[in-house]
Amino acid sequence: MSTQAAFPAPFTQSAAGPVPRVSIRNLNFYYGATHALKNVSIDFPDRQTTAMIGPSGCGKSTLLRILNRMYDLYPGQRAEGEVMIGGQNVIDPSVNLNALRRRVGMVFQKPTPFPKSIYENVIFGVRLHEKLGKAELDERVEWALTRSALWGEVKDRLHSSALGLSGGQQQRLCIARSIAVRPEVLLLDEPTSALDPISTLKIEELVDELKQDFTIVIVTHNMQQAGRCADQVAFFYLGELVEAGPSSQIFTAPRERKTQEYITGRFG
Amino acid sequence: MPNEPKHIVTSFEADLKKLRDMIATMGGLVERAVADATSALLEHNPELAGRVIEQDARIDSEQHAVEQFAVRLLALRQPVADDLRQVIQALKIVTDLERMGDYAANIAKRSIVINQVASSFSLSGLGQMAMLVQQNLKSSIDTVGEASPEKAIAVWRADQAVDDLYNTIFRELITYMMEDPRNITPCTHLLFIAKNLERIGDHTTNIAELTYYAITGDNLPDFRPKGDHTSAYVHSVDA
Repeated sequence: MSTQAAFPAPFTQSAAGPVPRVSIRNLNFYYGATHALKNVSIDFPDRQTTAMIGPSGCGKSTLLRILNRMYDLYPGQRAEGEVMIGGQNVIDPSVNLNALRRRVGMVFQKPTPFPKSIYENVIFGVRLHEKLGKAELDERVEWALTRSALWGEVKDRLHSSALGLSGGQQQRLCIARSIAVRPEVLLLDEPTSALDPISTLKIEELVDELKQDFTIVIVTHNMQQAGRCADQVAFFYLGELVEAGPSSQIFTAPRERKTQEYITGRFG
Repeated sequence: MPNEPKHIVTSFEADLKKLRDMIATMGGLVERAVADATSALLEHNPELAGRVIEQDARIDSEQHAVEQFAVRLLALRQPVADDLRQVIQALKIVTDLERMGDYAANIAKRSIVINQVASSFSLSGLGQMAMLVQQNLKSSIDTVGEASPEKAIAVWRADQAVDDLYNTIFRELITYMMEDPRNITPCTHLLFIAKNLERIGDHTTNIAELTYYAITGDNLPDFRPKGDHTSAYVHSVDA
Protein backbone atom coordinates (compact mmCIF):
# COMPACT_ATOMS: atom_id res chain seq x y z
CA MET A 1 0.00 0.00 0.00
CA SER A 2 1.67 3.22 -1.09
CA THR A 3 1.46 6.32 1.07
CA GLN A 4 -0.20 8.29 -1.70
CA ALA A 5 -2.97 5.84 -2.39
CA ALA A 6 -3.86 5.38 1.27
CA PHE A 7 -4.71 9.02 1.94
CA PRO A 8 -7.82 10.93 0.91
CA ALA A 9 -7.49 13.36 -1.96
CA PRO A 10 -7.10 16.97 -0.81
CA PHE A 11 -10.31 18.95 -0.47
CA THR A 12 -11.64 20.07 -3.84
CA GLN A 13 -14.65 22.15 -4.61
CA SER A 14 -17.43 20.21 -6.27
CA ALA A 15 -17.77 21.01 -9.96
CA ALA A 16 -21.55 20.97 -9.60
CA GLY A 17 -21.53 23.75 -6.99
CA PRO A 18 -24.06 26.56 -6.63
CA VAL A 19 -25.02 28.61 -9.69
CA PRO A 20 -22.84 31.70 -10.07
CA ARG A 21 -24.67 35.05 -10.12
CA VAL A 22 -21.48 36.91 -10.98
CA SER A 23 -18.85 35.26 -13.10
CA ILE A 24 -15.48 36.99 -13.48
CA ARG A 25 -12.92 35.81 -15.99
CA ASN A 26 -9.39 37.10 -16.64
CA LEU A 27 -10.14 40.49 -15.18
CA ASN A 28 -7.39 43.09 -15.29
CA PHE A 29 -7.66 46.59 -13.91
CA TYR A 30 -5.43 49.62 -14.27
CA TYR A 31 -5.23 52.89 -12.35
CA GLY A 32 -3.34 54.70 -15.09
CA ALA A 33 -0.07 52.78 -15.30
CA THR A 34 -0.66 50.81 -12.10
CA HIS A 35 -1.79 47.26 -12.70
CA ALA A 36 -4.17 46.86 -9.74
CA LEU A 37 -5.90 43.56 -10.53
CA LYS A 38 -4.08 40.78 -12.32
CA ASN A 39 -5.97 38.20 -14.29
CA VAL A 40 -8.61 37.53 -11.66
CA SER A 41 -11.16 34.77 -12.26
CA ILE A 42 -13.79 33.98 -9.64
CA ASP A 43 -17.51 33.23 -9.34
CA PHE A 44 -19.89 34.73 -6.78
CA PRO A 45 -22.57 32.07 -6.21
CA ASP A 46 -26.22 33.09 -6.26
CA ARG A 47 -27.76 33.85 -2.86
CA GLN A 48 -24.54 33.28 -1.03
CA THR A 49 -22.13 35.60 0.70
CA THR A 50 -18.61 35.94 -0.57
CA ALA A 51 -16.07 37.75 1.61
CA MET A 52 -12.96 39.28 0.10
CA ILE A 53 -10.01 39.60 2.43
CA GLY A 54 -6.43 40.75 2.04
CA PRO A 55 -4.08 43.51 3.16
CA SER A 56 -4.72 47.13 2.17
CA GLY A 57 -4.01 47.72 -1.50
CA CYS A 58 -4.51 44.10 -2.51
CA GLY A 59 -7.30 44.96 -4.95
CA LYS A 60 -10.37 43.74 -3.11
CA SER A 61 -12.12 47.12 -3.01
CA THR A 62 -11.07 47.71 -6.60
CA LEU A 63 -12.86 44.52 -7.59
CA LEU A 64 -15.96 45.66 -5.72
CA ARG A 65 -15.90 48.97 -7.55
CA ILE A 66 -15.69 47.23 -10.90
CA LEU A 67 -18.89 45.30 -10.29
CA ASN A 68 -21.01 48.46 -10.47
CA ARG A 69 -18.62 50.44 -12.68
CA MET A 70 -17.79 53.01 -10.01
CA TYR A 71 -14.41 53.43 -11.67
CA ASP A 72 -16.16 55.12 -14.61
CA LEU A 73 -16.32 58.21 -12.43
CA TYR A 74 -12.55 58.62 -12.61
CA PRO A 75 -10.40 59.27 -15.67
CA GLY A 76 -7.49 56.98 -16.50
CA GLN A 77 -9.02 53.89 -14.90
CA ARG A 78 -9.89 50.94 -17.07
CA ALA A 79 -10.88 47.30 -16.80
CA GLU A 80 -10.25 44.46 -19.24
CA GLY A 81 -11.72 41.00 -19.23
CA GLU A 82 -15.14 39.65 -18.49
CA VAL A 83 -17.52 40.36 -15.59
CA MET A 84 -20.74 38.53 -16.36
CA ILE A 85 -23.81 39.44 -14.29
CA GLY A 86 -26.98 37.79 -15.49
CA GLY A 87 -25.54 37.03 -18.93
CA GLN A 88 -24.20 40.55 -19.54
CA ASN A 89 -20.57 41.64 -19.52
CA VAL A 90 -20.93 44.70 -17.31
CA ILE A 91 -17.57 46.23 -18.17
CA ASP A 92 -18.66 46.57 -21.78
CA PRO A 93 -18.79 50.35 -22.53
CA SER A 94 -22.29 50.03 -23.99
CA VAL A 95 -23.80 48.96 -20.66
CA ASN A 96 -26.37 51.38 -19.24
CA LEU A 97 -24.84 52.46 -15.94
CA ASN A 98 -28.09 53.49 -14.29
CA ALA A 99 -29.63 50.12 -15.03
CA LEU A 100 -26.47 48.36 -13.83
CA ARG A 101 -26.40 50.26 -10.54
CA ARG A 102 -30.00 49.30 -9.91
CA ARG A 103 -28.97 45.67 -10.30
CA VAL A 104 -25.83 46.02 -8.21
CA GLY A 105 -26.30 47.94 -4.96
CA MET A 106 -23.48 49.18 -2.77
CA VAL A 107 -22.98 50.13 0.87
CA PHE A 108 -19.84 51.90 2.04
CA GLN A 109 -17.55 51.89 5.04
CA LYS A 110 -19.09 54.94 6.65
CA PRO A 111 -22.85 55.39 6.62
CA THR A 112 -23.81 57.78 3.82
CA PRO A 113 -27.40 58.86 4.46
CA PHE A 114 -28.68 61.81 2.44
CA PRO A 115 -29.66 64.87 4.49
CA LYS A 116 -33.30 63.99 3.98
CA SER A 117 -36.00 62.14 5.85
CA ILE A 118 -35.71 58.41 6.51
CA TYR A 119 -38.55 57.82 4.07
CA GLU A 120 -36.94 59.88 1.33
CA ASN A 121 -33.61 58.12 1.80
CA VAL A 122 -35.15 54.70 1.24
CA ILE A 123 -37.22 55.75 -1.72
CA PHE A 124 -34.50 57.81 -3.42
CA GLY A 125 -33.31 55.14 -5.86
CA VAL A 126 -36.77 53.71 -6.39
CA ARG A 127 -37.97 57.08 -7.70
CA LEU A 128 -35.17 57.08 -10.30
CA HIS A 129 -36.04 53.69 -11.67
CA GLU A 130 -39.73 53.10 -11.15
CA LYS A 131 -42.99 55.04 -11.39
CA LEU A 132 -44.95 54.04 -8.31
CA GLY A 133 -48.03 55.44 -6.58
CA LYS A 134 -47.95 56.58 -2.96
CA ALA A 135 -49.36 53.33 -1.60
CA GLU A 136 -46.78 51.30 -3.49
CA LEU A 137 -43.98 53.58 -2.34
CA ASP A 138 -45.14 53.25 1.26
CA GLU A 139 -45.22 49.52 0.85
CA ARG A 140 -41.72 49.48 -0.64
CA VAL A 141 -40.34 51.61 2.22
CA GLU A 142 -41.84 49.28 4.81
CA TRP A 143 -40.52 46.24 2.97
CA ALA A 144 -36.96 47.62 2.65
CA LEU A 145 -36.84 48.83 6.25
CA THR A 146 -38.22 45.54 7.51
CA ARG A 147 -35.71 43.53 5.48
CA SER A 148 -32.91 45.67 6.88
CA ALA A 149 -34.16 45.16 10.46
CA LEU A 150 -34.84 48.86 11.01
CA TRP A 151 -38.63 49.11 10.64
CA GLY A 152 -39.45 48.60 14.30
CA GLU A 153 -37.03 51.34 15.34
CA VAL A 154 -38.09 54.02 12.83
CA LYS A 155 -41.68 53.34 11.82
CA ASP A 156 -42.97 56.19 13.99
CA ARG A 157 -40.52 58.74 12.65
CA LEU A 158 -40.23 58.01 8.96
CA HIS A 159 -40.35 61.70 8.10
CA SER A 160 -37.71 62.91 10.50
CA SER A 161 -34.13 63.42 9.34
CA ALA A 162 -31.97 60.36 8.71
CA LEU A 163 -29.07 62.24 10.25
CA GLY A 164 -30.68 61.84 13.67
CA LEU A 165 -30.17 58.06 13.59
CA SER A 166 -27.26 56.34 15.33
CA GLY A 167 -24.31 55.12 13.24
CA GLY A 168 -25.55 51.54 13.22
CA GLN A 169 -29.06 52.63 12.30
CA GLN A 170 -27.71 54.86 9.54
CA GLN A 171 -25.79 51.92 8.09
CA ARG A 172 -28.92 49.75 8.13
CA LEU A 173 -30.76 52.63 6.47
CA CYS A 174 -28.13 52.63 3.71
CA ILE A 175 -28.69 48.90 3.29
CA ALA A 176 -32.45 49.56 3.12
CA ARG A 177 -31.82 52.21 0.46
CA SER A 178 -29.71 49.75 -1.55
CA ILE A 179 -32.18 46.90 -1.43
CA ALA A 180 -35.24 49.13 -2.02
CA VAL A 181 -34.53 48.99 -5.77
CA ARG A 182 -34.41 45.19 -5.50
CA PRO A 183 -30.91 44.61 -6.83
CA GLU A 184 -29.48 41.20 -7.70
CA VAL A 185 -26.15 41.81 -6.07
CA LEU A 186 -25.37 43.72 -2.89
CA LEU A 187 -21.83 45.00 -2.40
CA LEU A 188 -20.68 45.84 1.12
CA ASP A 189 -17.36 47.67 1.44
CA GLU A 190 -16.25 47.24 5.07
CA PRO A 191 -19.79 47.96 6.21
CA THR A 192 -19.09 47.62 9.94
CA SER A 193 -15.63 49.12 10.35
CA ALA A 194 -17.12 52.33 11.76
CA LEU A 195 -19.65 50.60 14.02
CA ASP A 196 -19.68 49.37 17.61
CA PRO A 197 -19.73 45.58 18.27
CA ILE A 198 -23.49 45.32 18.78
CA SER A 199 -24.32 47.29 15.62
CA THR A 200 -21.74 45.13 13.85
CA LEU A 201 -23.50 41.94 14.92
CA LYS A 202 -26.84 43.39 13.78
CA ILE A 203 -25.39 44.02 10.33
CA GLU A 204 -23.92 40.51 10.25
CA GLU A 205 -27.29 39.06 11.21
CA LEU A 206 -28.80 41.15 8.44
CA VAL A 207 -26.32 39.81 5.91
CA ASP A 208 -27.41 36.30 6.87
CA GLU A 209 -31.05 37.27 6.32
CA LEU A 210 -30.47 39.13 3.08
CA LYS A 211 -28.62 36.37 1.33
CA GLN A 212 -31.92 34.53 0.95
CA ASP A 213 -32.77 37.15 -1.67
CA PHE A 214 -29.50 38.67 -2.81
CA THR A 215 -26.01 37.69 -3.81
CA ILE A 216 -23.74 39.43 -1.33
CA VAL A 217 -20.11 40.42 -1.72
CA ILE A 218 -18.46 41.86 1.37
CA VAL A 219 -15.02 43.37 1.77
CA THR A 220 -13.80 43.15 5.33
CA HIS A 221 -10.61 43.52 7.31
CA ASN A 222 -12.16 41.58 10.15
CA MET A 223 -11.17 37.97 9.69
CA GLN A 224 -13.65 36.65 12.23
CA GLN A 225 -16.38 38.56 10.45
CA ALA A 226 -15.47 36.92 7.15
CA GLY A 227 -15.58 33.55 8.90
CA ARG A 228 -18.94 34.27 10.50
CA CYS A 229 -20.72 35.84 7.52
CA ALA A 230 -19.37 34.29 4.39
CA ASP A 231 -20.02 31.04 2.59
CA GLN A 232 -17.02 31.63 0.39
CA VAL A 233 -13.84 33.55 1.17
CA ALA A 234 -11.45 34.96 -1.41
CA PHE A 235 -7.95 36.06 -0.41
CA PHE A 236 -6.25 38.72 -2.53
CA TYR A 237 -2.64 39.75 -2.40
CA LEU A 238 -0.87 42.35 -4.55
CA GLY A 239 -3.70 42.39 -7.08
CA GLU A 240 -3.90 38.65 -7.46
CA LEU A 241 -6.51 36.22 -6.26
CA VAL A 242 -4.40 33.84 -4.18
CA GLU A 243 -7.09 31.45 -3.03
CA ALA A 244 -10.87 31.16 -2.86
CA GLY A 245 -12.83 28.46 -1.09
CA PRO A 246 -15.50 27.68 1.50
CA SER A 247 -14.85 29.77 4.62
CA SER A 248 -14.66 26.65 6.78
CA GLN A 249 -11.75 25.41 4.67
CA ILE A 250 -9.95 28.76 4.35
CA PHE A 251 -9.92 29.30 8.12
CA THR A 252 -9.04 25.74 9.18
CA ALA A 253 -6.85 24.43 6.38
CA PRO A 254 -5.99 27.00 3.70
CA ARG A 255 -4.21 25.48 0.75
CA GLU A 256 -1.91 28.39 -0.03
CA ARG A 257 0.94 29.34 2.24
CA LYS A 258 0.35 33.07 1.65
CA THR A 259 -3.27 32.72 2.82
CA GLN A 260 -2.14 30.91 5.94
CA GLU A 261 0.48 33.54 6.73
CA TYR A 262 -2.02 36.36 6.29
CA ILE A 263 -4.95 34.97 8.27
CA THR A 264 -2.75 33.80 11.13
CA GLY A 265 -1.12 37.23 11.40
CA ARG A 266 2.34 36.40 10.16
CA PHE A 267 2.49 39.26 7.66
CA GLY A 268 0.25 42.06 6.43
CA MET B 1 5.18 25.27 13.20
CA PRO B 2 8.78 26.21 13.90
CA ASN B 3 9.96 26.94 10.33
CA GLU B 4 7.02 29.24 9.51
CA PRO B 5 7.54 32.99 9.45
CA LYS B 6 6.95 34.47 12.89
CA HIS B 7 3.68 36.06 13.99
CA ILE B 8 3.56 39.85 14.03
CA VAL B 9 2.36 39.67 17.63
CA THR B 10 5.34 38.15 19.44
CA SER B 11 3.37 37.29 22.58
CA PHE B 12 1.16 35.01 20.45
CA GLU B 13 4.29 33.34 19.10
CA ALA B 14 5.43 32.87 22.72
CA ASP B 15 2.04 31.44 23.72
CA LEU B 16 2.13 28.82 20.97
CA LYS B 17 5.66 27.87 21.94
CA LYS B 18 4.59 27.59 25.57
CA LEU B 19 1.77 25.28 24.51
CA ARG B 20 4.22 23.01 22.67
CA ASP B 21 6.54 23.05 25.67
CA MET B 22 3.70 22.10 28.01
CA ILE B 23 2.87 19.12 25.77
CA ALA B 24 6.53 18.12 25.80
CA THR B 25 6.63 18.35 29.60
CA MET B 26 3.50 16.27 30.04
CA GLY B 27 4.75 13.81 27.40
CA GLY B 28 8.01 13.50 29.35
CA LEU B 29 6.11 12.66 32.54
CA VAL B 30 4.13 9.96 30.72
CA GLU B 31 7.27 8.51 29.13
CA ARG B 32 8.82 8.40 32.59
CA ALA B 33 5.71 6.70 34.04
CA VAL B 34 5.65 4.00 31.35
CA ALA B 35 9.38 3.39 31.69
CA ASP B 36 9.21 3.19 35.50
CA ALA B 37 6.14 0.94 35.47
CA THR B 38 7.98 -1.39 33.12
CA SER B 39 11.10 -1.40 35.31
CA ALA B 40 8.98 -2.00 38.41
CA LEU B 41 7.54 -5.07 36.70
CA LEU B 42 10.73 -6.48 35.19
CA GLU B 43 12.96 -5.71 38.18
CA HIS B 44 10.39 -6.62 40.86
CA ASN B 45 10.57 -3.18 42.42
CA PRO B 46 7.37 -2.34 44.35
CA GLU B 47 8.79 0.99 45.61
CA LEU B 48 9.21 2.23 42.06
CA ALA B 49 5.70 0.98 41.28
CA GLY B 50 4.40 3.05 44.19
CA ARG B 51 6.09 6.17 42.82
CA VAL B 52 4.47 5.63 39.40
CA ILE B 53 1.06 5.45 41.06
CA GLU B 54 1.73 8.65 43.03
CA GLN B 55 2.99 10.51 39.96
CA ASP B 56 -0.25 9.93 38.09
CA ALA B 57 -1.86 12.87 39.91
CA ARG B 58 0.86 15.13 38.54
CA ILE B 59 0.07 13.97 34.98
CA ASP B 60 -3.59 14.74 35.57
CA SER B 61 -2.80 18.23 36.82
CA GLU B 62 -0.56 18.85 33.77
CA GLN B 63 -3.52 17.89 31.59
CA HIS B 64 -5.69 20.50 33.29
CA ALA B 65 -2.99 23.13 32.93
CA VAL B 66 -2.70 22.50 29.18
CA GLU B 67 -6.47 22.51 28.76
CA GLN B 68 -6.82 25.82 30.60
CA PHE B 69 -4.04 27.38 28.61
CA ALA B 70 -5.49 26.15 25.31
CA VAL B 71 -8.95 27.48 26.19
CA ARG B 72 -7.38 30.82 27.06
CA LEU B 73 -5.62 30.88 23.66
CA LEU B 74 -8.88 30.11 21.87
CA ALA B 75 -10.73 32.84 23.74
CA LEU B 76 -8.11 35.57 23.53
CA ARG B 77 -6.30 34.90 20.25
CA GLN B 78 -9.04 33.32 18.14
CA PRO B 79 -6.47 31.30 16.21
CA VAL B 80 -7.17 30.14 12.67
CA ALA B 81 -5.59 27.76 10.15
CA ASP B 82 -2.42 26.01 11.39
CA ASP B 83 -2.50 27.94 14.69
CA LEU B 84 -6.02 26.69 15.35
CA ARG B 85 -5.02 23.15 14.42
CA GLN B 86 -2.11 23.30 16.86
CA VAL B 87 -4.39 24.31 19.72
CA ILE B 88 -6.93 21.60 18.85
CA GLN B 89 -4.10 19.09 18.61
CA ALA B 90 -2.87 20.07 22.08
CA LEU B 91 -6.37 19.78 23.57
CA LYS B 92 -6.78 16.28 22.18
CA ILE B 93 -3.26 15.01 22.77
CA VAL B 94 -3.45 15.67 26.50
CA THR B 95 -6.44 13.34 26.70
CA ASP B 96 -4.40 10.58 25.06
CA LEU B 97 -1.44 11.29 27.34
CA GLU B 98 -3.63 11.24 30.43
CA ARG B 99 -5.02 7.82 29.45
CA MET B 100 -1.50 6.51 28.93
CA GLY B 101 -0.62 7.73 32.41
CA ASP B 102 -3.57 5.75 33.77
CA TYR B 103 -2.42 2.62 31.96
CA ALA B 104 1.10 3.05 33.32
CA ALA B 105 -0.29 3.38 36.86
CA ASN B 106 -2.35 0.25 36.30
CA ILE B 107 0.71 -1.65 35.14
CA ALA B 108 2.51 -0.50 38.27
CA LYS B 109 -0.34 -1.70 40.52
CA ARG B 110 -0.42 -5.11 38.86
CA SER B 111 3.38 -5.43 39.06
CA ILE B 112 3.04 -5.23 42.87
CA VAL B 113 0.51 -8.10 42.87
CA ILE B 114 2.61 -10.20 40.52
CA ASN B 115 5.55 -9.71 42.82
CA GLN B 116 3.48 -11.06 45.70
CA VAL B 117 2.30 -14.22 43.92
CA ALA B 118 5.91 -14.94 42.92
CA SER B 119 5.31 -16.13 39.42
CA SER B 120 8.03 -17.90 37.52
CA PHE B 121 7.01 -16.82 34.03
CA SER B 122 9.48 -15.25 31.69
CA LEU B 123 8.71 -11.58 31.27
CA SER B 124 10.95 -11.12 28.25
CA GLY B 125 8.03 -10.88 25.81
CA LEU B 126 6.41 -8.14 27.89
CA GLY B 127 9.78 -6.43 28.25
CA GLN B 128 10.22 -6.38 24.50
CA MET B 129 6.70 -5.08 23.96
CA ALA B 130 7.22 -2.35 26.57
CA MET B 131 10.44 -1.29 24.87
CA LEU B 132 8.72 -0.95 21.49
CA VAL B 133 5.83 0.97 23.02
CA GLN B 134 8.25 3.36 24.74
CA GLN B 135 10.10 3.98 21.48
CA ASN B 136 6.86 4.76 19.69
CA LEU B 137 5.67 6.96 22.54
CA LYS B 138 8.86 8.98 22.44
CA SER B 139 8.71 9.32 18.65
CA SER B 140 5.07 10.37 18.74
CA ILE B 141 5.75 13.10 21.32
CA ASP B 142 8.78 14.22 19.31
CA THR B 143 6.57 14.71 16.23
CA VAL B 144 4.55 17.38 18.05
CA GLY B 145 5.83 20.73 16.88
CA GLU B 146 7.91 19.22 14.11
CA ALA B 147 6.74 19.98 10.59
CA SER B 148 7.21 16.43 9.32
CA PRO B 149 4.10 14.55 8.20
CA GLU B 150 6.38 11.68 7.12
CA LYS B 151 7.53 11.12 10.71
CA ALA B 152 3.93 11.17 11.91
CA ILE B 153 3.03 8.49 9.34
CA ALA B 154 6.03 6.38 10.37
CA VAL B 155 4.91 6.43 14.03
CA TRP B 156 1.35 5.72 12.97
CA ARG B 157 2.45 2.60 11.13
CA ALA B 158 4.96 1.43 13.76
CA ASP B 159 2.24 0.24 16.13
CA GLN B 160 1.76 -2.86 13.99
CA ALA B 161 4.80 -4.53 15.59
CA VAL B 162 3.35 -3.88 19.08
CA ASP B 163 0.09 -5.54 18.07
CA ASP B 164 1.95 -8.58 16.71
CA LEU B 165 3.81 -9.02 19.99
CA TYR B 166 0.58 -8.63 21.93
CA ASN B 167 -1.01 -11.47 19.94
CA THR B 168 1.91 -13.72 20.74
CA ILE B 169 1.84 -12.90 24.46
CA PHE B 170 -1.92 -13.40 24.57
CA ARG B 171 -1.70 -16.93 23.16
CA GLU B 172 1.23 -17.79 25.37
CA LEU B 173 -0.58 -16.73 28.56
CA ILE B 174 -3.75 -18.62 27.58
CA THR B 175 -1.63 -21.73 27.19
CA TYR B 176 -0.10 -21.32 30.67
CA MET B 177 -3.56 -20.92 32.16
CA MET B 178 -4.76 -24.10 30.48
CA GLU B 179 -1.78 -26.03 31.71
CA ASP B 180 -2.45 -25.24 35.35
CA PRO B 181 -5.39 -23.32 36.88
CA ARG B 182 -3.04 -21.95 39.57
CA ASN B 183 -1.48 -19.87 36.80
CA ILE B 184 -4.73 -18.04 36.20
CA THR B 185 -4.18 -15.26 38.76
CA PRO B 186 -0.69 -14.18 37.69
CA CYS B 187 -1.45 -14.76 34.00
CA THR B 188 -4.57 -12.62 34.16
CA HIS B 189 -2.54 -9.77 35.61
CA LEU B 190 0.11 -10.24 32.95
CA LEU B 191 -2.58 -10.32 30.30
CA PHE B 192 -3.96 -6.98 31.54
CA ILE B 193 -0.45 -5.54 31.59
CA ALA B 194 0.02 -6.62 27.98
CA LYS B 195 -3.36 -5.12 27.12
CA ASN B 196 -2.40 -1.85 28.84
CA LEU B 197 0.79 -1.69 26.79
CA GLU B 198 -1.17 -2.41 23.65
CA ARG B 199 -3.60 0.41 24.50
CA ILE B 200 -0.70 2.80 25.13
CA GLY B 201 0.51 1.87 21.65
CA ASP B 202 -2.90 2.73 20.21
CA HIS B 203 -2.78 6.15 21.87
CA THR B 204 0.62 6.83 20.29
CA THR B 205 -1.05 6.35 16.90
CA ASN B 206 -3.71 8.87 17.96
CA ILE B 207 -0.98 11.38 18.69
CA ALA B 208 0.56 10.70 15.29
CA GLU B 209 -2.83 11.23 13.64
CA LEU B 210 -3.30 14.53 15.49
CA THR B 211 0.16 15.68 14.49
CA TYR B 212 -0.51 14.79 10.87
CA TYR B 213 -3.71 16.83 11.03
CA ALA B 214 -1.99 19.77 12.71
CA ILE B 215 0.68 19.88 10.01
CA THR B 216 -1.37 19.21 6.90
CA GLY B 217 -5.00 20.01 7.74
CA ASP B 218 -5.92 16.57 6.37
CA ASN B 219 -6.89 13.49 8.31
CA LEU B 220 -5.12 10.17 8.04
CA PRO B 221 -7.53 7.51 6.80
CA ASP B 222 -9.90 6.01 9.37
CA PHE B 223 -8.53 2.58 8.64
CA ARG B 224 -5.21 1.78 10.22
CA PRO B 225 -4.01 -1.78 9.68
CA LYS B 226 -4.98 -3.28 13.06
CA GLY B 227 -2.90 -6.13 14.33
CA ASP B 228 -4.78 -6.99 17.52
CA HIS B 229 -6.74 -10.12 16.59
CA THR B 230 -7.31 -11.33 20.15
CA SER B 231 -10.91 -10.11 20.28
CA ALA B 232 -11.79 -12.85 17.78
CA TYR B 233 -9.59 -15.50 19.40
CA VAL B 234 -11.19 -18.79 20.43
CA HIS B 235 -9.00 -21.42 22.02
CA SER B 236 -10.15 -24.87 21.07
CA VAL B 237 -9.79 -27.26 24.04
CA ASP B 238 -9.62 -30.28 21.73
CA ALA B 239 -6.70 -28.90 19.78
